[in-house]
Amino acid sequence: MSSLRVFFIGGLLSYRALFSWQSPAYYIPTMLLGPAFQVLFFAYLGRFSHVEDDAFFVVGNAIQVSAMAGVFGVSMAIGGERWTQTLAPLLATPANRLALFLGRALPLIVNGFIVSAFGFLVGRLLLNYHPPLSSVPPMALIVLVSTASCTGFGLVVGAFGLRFRDVFIFANPAYFLMLLFCGVNVPLSALPHWMQIVGSCMPLTHGIAAGRHVAAGASLASVSTLVWKEALIGACWFLSAYVLLRFFEAEGRRRASLEFV
Amino acid sequence: MRVVRLVVVTWWLQLKQSMKAGIFVFTALIEPLIFATLAYYLFKAGREPGTLLYAALSAGLMGIWSVTLFGAGGAINYQRWQGVLEPLIAAPPPYVLILFPQTLAASTVGVYSLTSTLLWGWIVFGIPLHFAHPLAFVISVAVTIVALGLLGLVIGSSFILYREANALSNMLEFPVWILTGVIVPLSLLPGWVHYLSWGLAPTWGYRAIRAGALGGNAWPALGYALLLAAAYFVIGHGVVHVFERRAREKATLSLV
Repeated sequence: MSSLRVFFIGGLLSYRALFSWQSPAYYIPTMLLGPAFQVLFFAYLGRFSHVEDDAFFVVGNAIQVSAMAGVFGVSMAIGGERWTQTLAPLLATPANRLALFLGRALPLIVNGFIVSAFGFLVGRLLLNYHPPLSSVPPMALIVLVSTASCTGFGLVVGAFGLRFRDVFIFANPAYFLMLLFCGVNVPLSALPHWMQIVGSCMPLTHGIAAGRHVAAGASLASVSTLVWKEALIGACWFLSAYVLLRFFEAEGRRRASLEFV
Repeated sequence: MRVVRLVVVTWWLQLKQSMKAGIFVFTALIEPLIFATLAYYLFKAGREPGTLLYAALSAGLMGIWSVTLFGAGGAINYQRWQGVLEPLIAAPPPYVLILFPQTLAASTVGVYSLTSTLLWGWIVFGIPLHFAHPLAFVISVAVTIVALGLLGLVIGSSFILYREANALSNMLEFPVWILTGVIVPLSLLPGWVHYLSWGLAPTWGYRAIRAGALGGNAWPALGYALLLAAAYFVIGHGVVHVFERRAREKATLSLV
């Protein structure tokens, strides 16, 4: 029962306290307009490079922008504890660590879904992206799975906030490397073999591939393997995050570095 | 002479501070390399190898804007957090002479972006670095950096009054890349966008740089870039003055 409270209430309180971009003055430019312009930029770059059509870039970028919450948001949720000097008291509590950190991820999964949905809306309204109406429910499921998977990756990035003072040193490259490795803008087949292998272990890669098939009219059943792969990779990232968080927590205690800002 | 000394010393101090900030180094070095690699594979997949130098160059120019935006956006906020904004505004020199060298220092760091993406393209992807007009290229880069620094001054000045304005720096990276035609030619964008593009000095600066590197007449575009940069200074001066006065009246300078 106590773990459930830590998971739901603690997660929500953490989101309200530490997600610095939640006021409309920040949320609209950062979480909605910025990603929308990212979708437009790459769609036009795609037209110029003659690689793929608008749908390819809309689906890729609209799913990837969920990382604004999944990577940056989670980094804030963990790194923010250090800036506000609450990290040491938080880790001194006996709270279940799984509930503690997963609870922080949950509101950001919802947030990432909203950002992603807005990216699709922009693509639908301003670009040549007209998927069948029947593709919306399966696409929503794919986006949800991808966003959750990305949040697992974000927790791994955020874990470095327990060890290093500026978590954004890791969050920024992580966000932009996803643009390169996850087949967001460049077809995976056009990348060198080693990059394809890295990409296939990253979150979003399989979700984006599934999303593109569904946007082209495929059924959810026909892409279920891709969706399951995305979910499995997400689970692996969550597991890695848990191990890293526990490791860096122990390291932080040993080195007495949890209060450094 | 005092003004020149103030500008040079502030620019140099800010430049040194920026080079030591990890996040700044990422924005100036790593992010442009990621975009250069992305552009390289994208253009290669599009089977247009003639555009590979264009891709490397464009990624560098994108990096200059990112780092200017980040630096200009952060300049006033850092002063707020460090508690020096009030003393700086209360000091005898006009505040615009403090803010301008800081935003100029941010755009100067962008030289790293351009150099790193060109070297990256040359070393990793074997893109030959043959510049059509080297002198015009170097002058164009210098003028574009000053113009970007002045654009940063106009944007950064709003931060004196509005603490939330740094959300703009999270948002403006992609729109300005689109509007200035840094990698996607303006001819692909809707006609009405061109009017916005023409009012942005980087549009002309990038054109001049590209003409210097890939061939063409860089000088007319350079002239437009200089003209707009001068206009930005006048606008920036006025805006800083107005915002500074309003921030004093509202007593918001020390709010973080």
